[in-house]
Amino acid sequence: MARIAGVDLPRDKRVEVALTYIYGIGPTTSRKIVSTTGVSPDTRVKDLSEDQVAKLRGVIESEHKVEGALRGETTMNIKRLMDIGCYRGFRHRRGLPVRGQRTRTNARTRKGPKRAAGRRK
Amino acid sequence: MGRSLKKGPFVDPKLQSKVTLMGRSGERRVIKTWRRDCTIPPEFVGHTFAIHNGKNFVPVYITENMVGHKLGEFAPTRTFRGHAGKSERRTAPR
Repeated sequence: MARIAGVDLPRDKRVEVALTYIYGIGPTTSRKIVSTTGVSPDTRVKDLSEDQVAKLRGVIESEHKVEGALRGETTMNIKRLMDIGCYRGFRHRRGLPVRGQRTRTNARTRKGPKRAAGRRK
Repeated sequence: MGRSLKKGPFVDPKLQSKVTLMGRSGERRVIKTWRRDCTIPPEFVGHTFAIHNGKNFVPVYITENMVGHKLGEFAPTRTFRGHAGKSERRTAPR
């Protein structure tokens, strides 16, 4: 059972891939971590030895911001924008695209599912 | 795209000199400006600017968190009052 950074324990996958299941670690970071720890990227998670797991955990905990801490940072950044009353803050508050995209059409990711356009009283 | 680091942030020289002058005399006055594209350097903290939004001057008190943003970001240029036909009218954007 490889348990790194809280709750994540993907098995049967190659380490390189399995690490990307951690929030904040993508393919690039994963590859970097694997190479610095000297673990072969092709080993399956279930085949990892205890101290290999410990090594991976050590690197991730000391050098990367992952999971809760990273989510917290993102929320704080957005909160800061909203608090200082700048344009980007307004856009976050209203749930509209922040980086100048068009809103006449599209922008559905930010605005959510379409609401009926018909006039309501 | 970001601005070249070589040049450093754009701060309007005139505004900057105004602020340093005011800092020396310890005076605190609202500075009227049209310079929405001026980056806020740390020296501006604690001053109040009246930033033009195309129509009026919006008074903005500069806090530490605002450093690195542009003045214009704090003076919205559009007022969205909702679409026609809705009974519920919206007022100023918030």
